[in-house]
Amino acid sequence: MANNTMTALDAVKGGLWTEVPVLRLILGMCPTLAVTTAVKPALTMGLSVLFVLVCSNIVVSLMRNLLKPHLRILMFTLTIATFVTIADLFLRAFTPKMSEILGPYVPLIIVNCIIIARAEACASKNGIFVSAVDGIFMGIGFTIVLCILASIREVLAVGTICDVPVMWKSFVPWAAMRMPVGAFITLGLMLGLVNFLSAKKS
Amino acid sequence: MDKVYILLMAFISIVVVNNLVFTKFLGTCPYLGVSGRIDMAFGMGMAVTFVITLAGILTWLIDHMILMPYGLEITRYVCYILVIAGAVQLVEMYLRKFFPPLYESFGIFLPLITTNCVILGLCLLLNVWGTDNFPEAAVLSFGAGIGFTLAICIMAGIREQIRFSDVPKCLDGAPITLITAGILTLAFMGFAGMIK
Repeated sequence: MANNTMTALDAVKGGLWTEVPVLRLILGMCPTLAVTTAVKPALTMGLSVLFVLVCSNIVVSLMRNLLKPHLRILMFTLTIATFVTIADLFLRAFTPKMSEILGPYVPLIIVNCIIIARAEACASKNGIFVSAVDGIFMGIGFTIVLCILASIREVLAVGTICDVPVMWKSFVPWAAMRMPVGAFITLGLMLGLVNFLSAKKS
Repeated sequence: MDKVYILLMAFISIVVVNNLVFTKFLGTCPYLGVSGRIDMAFGMGMAVTFVITLAGILTWLIDHMILMPYGLEITRYVCYILVIAGAVQLVEMYLRKFFPPLYESFGIFLPLITTNCVILGLCLLLNVWGTDNFPEAAVLSFGAGIGFTLAICIMAGIREQIRFSDVPKCLDGAPITLITAGILTLAFMGFAGMIK
């Protein structure tokens, strides 16, 4: 177990750069692509994932010694499903408009690979403190990537950020960026940029 | 005759026009991860089609016969994920007992299907769209699986060719796949609006 345990510092570094879930591990694609048409839904999504990630990491870490190997994944998904229900009800009660925009993508957090991957790779092997820190920073890393992608798409598609116009007057909105095409291509170029930067560094 | 027509339209709509991978981004993870070779992609597609049909029908029945009459909608997500995990487990046991060669060829894909967003996504969308008759729910579930198979097989075919082409080093692997996927969605957008 010696090389499996990690320190809280590792978790911070991993979440913010070396293991950013979307860019490095290509996990959690479907919410990343679907909700990034504008910054506000992306931010809401990121914060919901952050909440679910931290809670499920803590619970999984608490029950890590009781789990039977073959029932592991089922217990993870049930834990996650419970917290996602809480998040969904919260959003529906306090931001009904946002909940409508996000639609089925909030319950789809249940099958977001990031959360299961963290439960498996970190929370089921580490203590409660490290798991919680890992959840917080993985969530922050995910939120940041989502917001960057969303701001690129929102600026090019409608010329605003968070509904505040930022582009010059004669700017022609680029409607394709709102559509699935824009999501795929922007994310592809972003991944290419990250690869390019890290290749330059090393 | 009218009913058959409606079902046929629903099928074409979910396979081509409203393909879940291209318009709703569901199942993008396996779509990018497993599309390296055509035979593997086809195996994955078939496994997903099987489970999605089963899960779609079962969750629709549970939703309409248990959850709605008794006002238990709050437990919907937990129920759905349990049904899907159970269906996957069942399919796995059944295949291992009766079709060992098929089981061998699916390999690791079967357990992975539990966390495939197409399946949970379809079950949720059936609910969002308010599908209220049983045949339509069944046809939509089956069609979603076929649509996923179509998408992942096209992608695998393209990627087998990309391997021989000269891609800039930093775009190699996932980035070029994403860009290809983007262009592919553009092609499928030509079908948009043909059927509601």
